[in-house]
Amino acid sequence: MAQVAHPAAPAVPITVTVNGTTYRHAVEPRTLLVYYLRDTLSLFGTHIGCDTTSCGACTVLLNGLAVKSCTVLAAQADGAEILTVEGLARDGQLHPIQEAFWLEHGLQCGFCTPGMLLTALQILQRHPDPSDPEIRRGLEGNLCRCTGYQHIVNAVRRAARELQSAPPAGAD
Amino acid sequence: MTHHIRVTVNGTEREAQVEPRLLLVHFLREVLGLTGTHIGCDTTNCGACTVLLDGRPVKSCTLFALQADGREVMTVEGLARDGQLHPIQEGFHEKHGLQCGFCTPGMMMTAYALLQRQPTPTEEEIRWAISGNLCRCTGYVNIVEAIRYAAEKLHGAPAGAGGRS
Amino acid sequence: MIPDRFEYFAPQSVPEAVGLLQRYGAEARLLAGGHSLIPLMKLRLAAPRYLIDLNRIPRLASIEEDATVLRIGALTRHAELEASELVRTRYPLLADAAHVIADPLVRNMGTIGGSLAHADPAGDWGAAMLAVRAEVVATGPRGLRTIPIDGFFTDTFTSALEPDEILTEVRVPRPQRGSGGAYLKLERKVGDFAIAAVGVSLVLDGRGTCGQVGIGLCNVAPTSLRARRAEAVLEGKKPEAAALARAAAAAAEEATPVSDLRGPAEFKRDMVRVLTARALRRALQRARGEG
Repeated sequence: MAQVAHPAAPAVPITVTVNGTTYRHAVEPRTLLVYYLRDTLSLFGTHIGCDTTSCGACTVLLNGLAVKSCTVLAAQADGAEILTVEGLARDGQLHPIQEAFWLEHGLQCGFCTPGMLLTALQILQRHPDPSDPEIRRGLEGNLCRCTGYQHIVNAVRRAARELQSAPPAGAD
Repeated sequence: MTHHIRVTVNGTEREAQVEPRLLLVHFLREVLGLTGTHIGCDTTNCGACTVLLDGRPVKSCTLFALQADGREVMTVEGLARDGQLHPIQEGFHEKHGLQCGFCTPGMMMTAYALLQRQPTPTEEEIRWAISGNLCRCTGYVNIVEAIRYAAEKLHGAPAGAGGRS
Repeated sequence: MIPDRFEYFAPQSVPEAVGLLQRYGAEARLLAGGHSLIPLMKLRLAAPRYLIDLNRIPRLASIEEDATVLRIGALTRHAELEASELVRTRYPLLADAAHVIADPLVRNMGTIGGSLAHADPAGDWGAAMLAVRAEVVATGPRGLRTIPIDGFFTDTFTSALEPDEILTEVRVPRPQRGSGGAYLKLERKVGDFAIAAVGVSLVLDGRGTCGQVGIGLCNVAPTSLRARRAEAVLEGKKPEAAALARAAAAAAEEATPVSDLRGPAEFKRDMVRVLTARALRRALQRARGEG
């Protein structure tokens, strides 16, 4: 079946606050949020792993909700607050979730890791003291080809302990 | 017919009766229970099985245990002292010099021998020294950084010229 | 993988080792560096019933020059040859070759004697020694005999050694004034066997004409190969660009590579041409003292 390209649609103006900074751009309606973050804002920490909404490497927090940014239109983020992996560290200090991944060897190649970190934050927002099943359920949308997940779970558990005893100032 | 061997492994004398065909790597792993030395390829290629024999790095999958009789062997388990990581191990941690970790014991033993021989190696010397150790994960960059870190830690002065910061 | 069972002997002298070879004949194998033999045993492509370990015999490893030759003990490790100041400064072809055999770990164990006796056409020492016109010393029940390297490799994995002989020494003629050499190897990755490798040794006389020329080819024939016609192109001639190109082309024609994982035969043949040309230029540089 022959495909006919649709004519260009008018651009959509959006205002988005990413990691505390507000941006204004006009985007094509079809622009995915992940491409807006990577190609327009040059925030390459958010990765594209599968193009099929499966792997979760593209996970960001959108108004505090962990979403797969490959399956959200940039236009949908108009007026929203977004947190990407670049927004975790403060003044050169790693966020406890990042430290925990490092200490627990919760990453090998690192490709899934930004997505894992943001999802982990979501888990800990909802379950400050999560059980292992709760951690694993929370991570179901994030695939890892390297680790077998065990160290990721250990890292989230460790971060939970750290955050309970000393939550960082202004934590999302 | 078995043979009696005496091998000093990580400073401790070990004795055993072994078949002649017992590979050194199997002796270390299965007889002595030192499973830090890995078997990666069975074809003398990958170097995951690297240990030090009288201070020289060798592929323990391609020696018979008999060949180590009366000699000294050092494995990855011999690196840390009193619970303290060796600077090489510290380097691999600090510089993310491992992902899956499978090649890592072999890498570290080769690094140990290199730094004994050449305390301030250049990047090229490091890369040449580890050219018998394969890594499927890292692309070697962080392994080189880890070894450079260890060289600096062990010998104070910055390592040889060149390479990335 | 686990080798088949065998009985193990660690003789303390060459005569003792020879006696064991005599006794056990075709079912026995010698263990030197073991980094060709043991991999075969692990795949059970080799399954000797008796293994005679040469590594406990003293004084089989050495690197010494006398009045006429460099004498290398058979149990000398590739790494020792690589590290030798004497080899590096006076026998650069050998130093080049030592540097590219397998990898640093294998070089710690592999020996020059074992490599030559194994007679693998992919063995770098074979081609290097053909280029320098070396000879090997074999020790057996009938005493010592010297075997020129030319004619030592009789077939793939087959040498002129008798079943009861042990290769105990390699002798390389001392370099004459005006000599130079180089060994160049093309490989898919560091540590691999050669796609093709070439060793070149030559002498320039006072007028800049080539005297003796030696060209050895690695892994492009059923055995290590001496490129005689290529040598003849240059002997007695001035090594000008046209002559070098003809010699390189001749070497490529003499090679009989097979197509395999390392590349098509035509590619390997062309690489012989390229490497021969480059090795000739490098050898000439060294012969002229241009370092």
